Amino acid sequence: MTFSYDKDDGDDMSVEIALSKSSLGDVAKERAAAKTPGNAPLGSGLEARSIHAWFGKHHAVSDISLDFAAGTVTALIGPSGCGKSTFIRTLNRMHEFIPSAAMAGEVLLDGKDVYAKGTDVTKVRLQIGMVFQKPNPFPSMTIGENVLSGLKLAQLKVSDRDDLMQECLERAGLWSEVKDRLGAHAGGLSGGQQQRLCIARALAVKPKVLLMDEPCSALDPGSTLRIEDTIGQLAQTMTIIIVTHNMQQAARVSDYTAFFLSDGGPGSMIEVGPTNEIFSRPRDERTENYVSGRFG
Amino acid sequence: MTLSAAQVAPQKPWQSSPKEMAPTFLLLLASLAASVAVVAITPMKGKLAYAFLFFIFGTASLSIRKWRIRGRAAAADAIVSSIALTGATLVFTPVISILATTISHGVKGLHWSLFTQTMFSASYQDPISAGGLLHALVGTLYLILISMILSVPMGILTALYLTEIKGPGANFIQFIVQAMSGVPSVVAGLFIFASIIVTTPIKASAIAGAFALSILMIPTVTRTAQEVLLLVPNDLREAGQALGATQWKTVATIVVPAARNGLITATILGVARIAGETAPLLFTIGGSDKLNWNPFKDYQGALPFYVWKGLLMGTPESIQRAWTGILILLILVLLLFVAARTLGGRRMKSK
Repeated sequence: MTFSYDKDDGDDMSVEIALSKSSLGDVAKERAAAKTPGNAPLGSGLEARSIHAWFGKHHAVSDISLDFAAGTVTALIGPSGCGKSTFIRTLNRMHEFIPSAAMAGEVLLDGKDVYAKGTDVTKVRLQIGMVFQKPNPFPSMTIGENVLSGLKLAQLKVSDRDDLMQECLERAGLWSEVKDRLGAHAGGLSGGQQQRLCIARALAVKPKVLLMDEPCSALDPGSTLRIEDTIGQLAQTMTIIIVTHNMQQAARVSDYTAFFLSDGGPGSMIEVGPTNEIFSRPRDERTENYVSGRFG
Repeated sequence: MTLSAAQVAPQKPWQSSPKEMAPTFLLLLASLAASVAVVAITPMKGKLAYAFLFFIFGTASLSIRKWRIRGRAAAADAIVSSIALTGATLVFTPVISILATTISHGVKGLHWSLFTQTMFSASYQDPISAGGLLHALVGTLYLILISMILSVPMGILTALYLTEIKGPGANFIQFIVQAMSGVPSVVAGLFIFASIIVTTPIKASAIAGAFALSILMIPTVTRTAQEVLLLVPNDLREAGQALGATQWKTVATIVVPAARNGLITATILGVARIAGETAPLLFTIGGSDKLNWNPFKDYQGALPFYVWKGLLMGTPESIQRAWTGILILLILVLLLFVAARTLGGRRMKSK
């Protein structure tokens, strides 16, 4: 399945992703197979270079450089107020939504700076999708319309809308629960279902990178597990960056973990590495204290 | 004895039974009796005295009872409840009174020829069975329709500019909108008279009247629409933009539909603001007694104008005309509200 923008302006950022319709098989094995060298790269890599962020005069994030390799899941952990959310909001340019916001640094998507002059911010956000902390389905739309709302909003054309809707809902683990009431209003779903609907909505525009800002913080354990399953499957086709306060979650879903901390000043990154190393033998004492639950 | 699930009837244990209500009712009855007695033996007289004394006695007796049962906090609660209830009644009374007076006076003059004839060949002093107010009804409908066409898009777009775009000059525009909502309505009419009727080829007509009414309607629609748009959670705007939408697309597909019911309310309040205005029409529509189907040319009538003329004449027949005109204006506005609500509600459901 392919789709393209209404207007083809020759931008090499235009989306054309083939999606495997693989069902819910042995996820771990598939992911391992997909990551062996020689396979085509999955999603797109994202590089953050010396990112700083401010709110007015308040310096919230200081000098963070992180590479997110294509097809990996990276967890950002750290106590509240250490700049994790602010940092990921700089990645898809949602940071500038706040009037007093300012930033410095570069965010490279496929090697191109998303903050470069002349970059179309809507196309950046189309390729770097986002799932928010609080489920926020559109109240005036039905469940089905919510899933496809991204197409309408970004003015994309797609050949088979029903197929896409089903595929996205399946990948978000919601299809079996809502397939009989796609015409119902989204407000009638439970919190966990709403959040999975928001994930389905983010998938419909086929982002290369998906940012998740504490997607499970308002959910019960069952819904959390389903979303973690979903993350595992999604990582086959896209790069995922997830902010979480739940360290077990970080350990379960991520390939890499970055630990953020603010010592009263701006938040900065203390340590990054493969998840099992961060949790078993962190290099920094503060990381060890945090992951072992001694503070934070 | 335990009941099986099927035998359990739904109950409302938090509601008072009639038995529990009885003391309250008796106390209120006693307060009423006491106020009648006090009016009888003291110089305090009149309906107001009854109401005032009943309020004092009722509040005092109920709060003392609450105090004895549940303590001081409950007594304070009873006093505040009683004050709030009195306040609500005081606000509600004039509304009911106006409606009741209008209906009781207006109904006497209702008859079919009102809707088929004009005042062109009849005088206001004639019995009400002669002549009618078709010309005024048509004029008012034109005025409301044209004012809506002019004001609703302008008001809502201004509100969108102020709440969504927050572009340059937003503060200044906000100030102007606030200042405009304080403009006395006669000034709006005078302004249109001086700036349009005197200087341009547009003479007194329905459209000139609608210009004057729009000056009053635009700020009302803008301010209500602004309040409603501010209620739309910011999460939704962020979610829209995070899906790669432009600001315009987010506003059009998410913010405005989410605020739809409120925007309909804004329109209704705008119409309510202008439907009964007479002053802006004095210089702008000509106040004709003849039916005129052309809203762009020639003098036009209007219901408030018809009422005003009837009152000016001062004879019993003309005053009867005025009451009936007011009643028909009320019914017309009510019908418009119901139409707006059902049209708005229906599209929501079918989606």
